[in-house]
Amino acid sequence: MNRLRLLWDSSVGKKVVMAVSGLIWVAYLVTHVLANLLVFQGPGKINAYSALLRGTGGALWAPRLVLIGALVLHVIAAAQLTGRGQEARPVAYAAGRRPHASTLAARTIRWGGALILLFLVYHVLHFTVGTAHPDFVEGNPYQNVITGFRDPVVVLVYLVAMAGVGLHLYHGVWSSGRSVGISPPSPRPLRRSLALVLALLVWIGFSIIPIAVYAGLVR
Amino acid sequence: MVEYDAGDIGPDMSFLEMLDVVNERLMERGEVPIAFDHDCREGICGSCSLMINGVAHGPERGTATCQLHMRSFADGDTISVEPWRARAFPIVKDLVVDRGAFDRIIQAGGYITAPTGSARDANTILISKDTVDTAMDAAQCIACGACVAACPNGSASLFTASKITHLSLLPQGQPERYGRALRMVAQMDIEHFGGCTLYGECQEACPKEISIDTITRMNRDFLRATLSQGHGAIARAE
Repeated sequence: MNRLRLLWDSSVGKKVVMAVSGLIWVAYLVTHVLANLLVFQGPGKINAYSALLRGTGGALWAPRLVLIGALVLHVIAAAQLTGRGQEARPVAYAAGRRPHASTLAARTIRWGGALILLFLVYHVLHFTVGTAHPDFVEGNPYQNVITGFRDPVVVLVYLVAMAGVGLHLYHGVWSSGRSVGISPPSPRPLRRSLALVLALLVWIGFSIIPIAVYAGLVR
Repeated sequence: MVEYDAGDIGPDMSFLEMLDVVNERLMERGEVPIAFDHDCREGICGSCSLMINGVAHGPERGTATCQLHMRSFADGDTISVEPWRARAFPIVKDLVVDRGAFDRIIQAGGYITAPTGSARDANTILISKDTVDTAMDAAQCIACGACVAACPNGSASLFTASKITHLSLLPQGQPERYGRALRMVAQMDIEHFGGCTLYGECQEACPKEISIDTITRMNRDFLRATLSQGHGAIARAE
């Protein structure tokens, strides 16, 4: 316990917690996006996959609890580190501080994360619980996707949120490797090919579904 | 902010010489000169600081304020000059800040324990060229504090990581390696520096162009020390 305490009490250790919890979610997002793409093969495949997951009964709660735990730790550590960062500079620069190297993804990582959290609540109510869905049918995700993305406002919310997730991953995946100290030294340390590929996969993979449904390509 | 008029400034003057001229004028008029830190004026001591137009050490890359020349500005420019702003660097006067927090981080572990006496023969410990180069790149840190000044979080990660990298890559730094990482990181937190978000602003501001790869190494040493030894690593080192 004393080791975990040491980790959690340190700013470096909290970033390790954020990196590991973030990467757990990245692994989940990759399986999620690949499974979602089954929607392009008609109702059979994706509904069968859904039935497979639901057929495991209570066992599905094991990964869910891991994800919830990771999310809670990620958010608490982020909030505490944000507070630390703000306290570290109580008086701002009068002439401003001109950013040079930081990417848009890095500069939006905090409030972007907060928006993703809000989206996550809506998303669970929309497609998992169904209370935010106009015509939710339990156990028929294909149908729910088709009816759920008829509303252009919903489509827009999803597209904005997925752009946010893509940006979050572009900085998060890259910085995670550095936070846990596994990234190899690089002559250009700010370059990030793996993070770019994962961010594009998640962003494009999730975004084409609402677009395709709204455009009537999937019906 | 107070506005001062700086006339008769040549393009080959350094930024600090420009401030000297401004101060001479102020003293001629019987006014109090502007206090600022400086010492070697050769870019190696780390005394000079200054946030110039919102950029640590001004617009030139890999340059400390003392090595910045007035030709980097246009005639008639209004230049804003501020001290480093961080809770860990309290302002002493005008542009002078107290960087004692860095000294205390060094005291926490930025050294090796070695017997004193006559120096050992050169080349008794062989170190590969790559390792030496990487260690010496990190050892270039002059502890000026530009990394803290440029960091949106006011983090001292690049400074602390440079010292940890420099020592942990060399054989002489091995015995105290993990205790050092734990204690220097702990001291960094005690001094109220912020955490690292890996914005990358520090390596851009660093007059010695030290890479954020050092931060990766620091994190690795810290994590290894925590997981393998916990508080014991601190106790054993003391």
